[in-house]
Amino acid sequence: MSVFQIIFKRLVGLVFVVLGVSVITFIVSHLIPGDPARLIAGDRASEAMVDAIREKLGLNLPLYEQYWLYLKGLLQGDLGTSIRTGRPVLQDLLAFFPATMELALVSLMLAILMGVPLGVLSAVYKNKWIDQIARTISVMGISMPAFWLGLGLIIIFYGHLSWLPAGGRISQGLPVPPLVTGFYLVDSLLAGEMNTFYSALKHIVLPAITLSFVHLGVVSRQIRSSMLEQLSEDYIRTAKAYGLPKWQVILRHALPNALIPSVTVLGLALGDLLYGAVLTETVFSWPGMGLYVVNSIQALDFPAVMGFAVLVSFVYVLLNLLVDLLYLIIDPRIKEVG
Amino acid sequence: MRAMVASLKHRSSYFWYQLRRSPMTMIGLGIIIFMCLSALLAPVLAPYNPDVINLRARLQAPSMAHFFGTDEVGRDIFSRVLYGGQQSIGVGLFVAFVASFIGTIIGCFSGIFGKWVDTIIMRIMDVMLSIPSLVLTMALAAALGPSLFNAMLAITLVRIPYYVRLARGQTLGIREMVYVKAAQTFGASRRHIVQWHVIRNALPPIIVQTTLDIGNAILMAAALGFIGLGAQQPTAEWGAMVSAGRNFLIDQWWYSTFPGLAILITAIGFNLLGDGMRDMLDPKQKVK
Repeated sequence: MSVFQIIFKRLVGLVFVVLGVSVITFIVSHLIPGDPARLIAGDRASEAMVDAIREKLGLNLPLYEQYWLYLKGLLQGDLGTSIRTGRPVLQDLLAFFPATMELALVSLMLAILMGVPLGVLSAVYKNKWIDQIARTISVMGISMPAFWLGLGLIIIFYGHLSWLPAGGRISQGLPVPPLVTGFYLVDSLLAGEMNTFYSALKHIVLPAITLSFVHLGVVSRQIRSSMLEQLSEDYIRTAKAYGLPKWQVILRHALPNALIPSVTVLGLALGDLLYGAVLTETVFSWPGMGLYVVNSIQALDFPAVMGFAVLVSFVYVLLNLLVDLLYLIIDPRIKEVG
Repeated sequence: MRAMVASLKHRSSYFWYQLRRSPMTMIGLGIIIFMCLSALLAPVLAPYNPDVINLRARLQAPSMAHFFGTDEVGRDIFSRVLYGGQQSIGVGLFVAFVASFIGTIIGCFSGIFGKWVDTIIMRIMDVMLSIPSLVLTMALAAALGPSLFNAMLAITLVRIPYYVRLARGQTLGIREMVYVKAAQTFGASRRHIVQWHVIRNALPPIIVQTTLDIGNAILMAAALGFIGLGAQQPTAEWGAMVSAGRNFLIDQWWYSTFPGLAILITAIGFNLLGDGMRDMLDPKQKVK
């Protein structure tokens, strides 16, 4: 199978998944016990006003027609209108997207920078103390309630040491850097505002540590097991027999091969980080999509919650596809097997 | 029949032998037993009634009178953590067992029946799996309305596809085994094959997944409680308690810390046990 056929097949699959997601969110949003029209109109609205809203939203139509309208809207990028803010949900979400993405990317970088060396070390020194420590960290990571870790970090680094701020993206009073990428760290550097950059950096440290801790374990575990597999291969024995230095064999020969199967895990980790940010953002009042959704849940703003579910699922599936494509590029063997 | 009982006996004693040799797994099991006992014995162990308000003892730091301190209306946090275990561990057990039971049945059925039934079931599962689990759980829990029971239902529903996929994969593998083919030539019914061959042999990885999922479900329920979709005040539930303590974070650190610590320790227990069991039941590991 050629690369293009694989891509085509996956794109067709993508369409079906998005359709399926739309059906699920549609069903879920119709499970709501209350009457959305009344919710929008408010308690004091007259019956006529509620009817008018119902008419406007198409809630009086049969279900399949409602779904058709919903799907038609989705295809045009219309995720509905937020009850809480009164703006289109997509517009709201996109406004908050850069903050979430910035946090997720910094966390992913942290998880890789610490997880890969940890995984390599624990494979090379299998069953030694460093391996035990790495494995303890990874079990702690997957067992850690992220919101609780965040609160603990706030108690220590904000409450007791006063080293780092407890929430937000930059200190109040500082100007928001001119919008280029939406990432404050990048935008402030581009504008040459070092104060803003420094403040943004200080604000992102605790949320990024919180969010990356869970994935640190996932990454180091994956690297450890694929490193162990590679280190037992014949070509490693050959390289050792030639008398190559130990760390050259490990880093130049084994590691690149061990990274290939890890790409999938890392790609999926980015997706997990995006929605995992829901809890972290709530703890640190980080103004991203997660905080927006939690506020929407508390206000019973269902269009916003469902819109978030659709958007995140879409990004998640897209990431999956990109990871698979990346796989084709870095590992030429797959094409032949296809 | 006698041979089978003997082999089962042998297998289970081998299992216990391996369990004793794996210290991490034993620690996990120890943690689970400790946390479950302290939750079950909460009525005996708790020094105070977890719901009784005592305004004269508000926000007291940990002391001999209150091991974990008190909350803003003077309830004893140690007692509440003990009782909270009943809620949190109960949710974890319910979710993992119900989801694995339903998921395994659907998965085996789908794998054995094959054809269009399999295609339809697996497409539905694929879609459910493509929505990030936390997001789908949140959406479902929000739609059902905030309560611990609804959160539990939402987590269970979202976990089912994982078991369907696992059980189906196992079934497809086992269906092709020679001994199943042999049974078929002897005229064994489909029901007999599922009951005697498929389920019994597919079970080990499903048991591992179930164990790991108890920890996951506890974390998920706590997370929902934290964002206000799970247990509601004044229920003593760990996630909701951490959330309530947020307002007193800097000066009353104990309020959020102890319930969260309970979540962490319990989840570690189930993860250690699940990991250890996977190593024991995975034949590939034995060769290495």
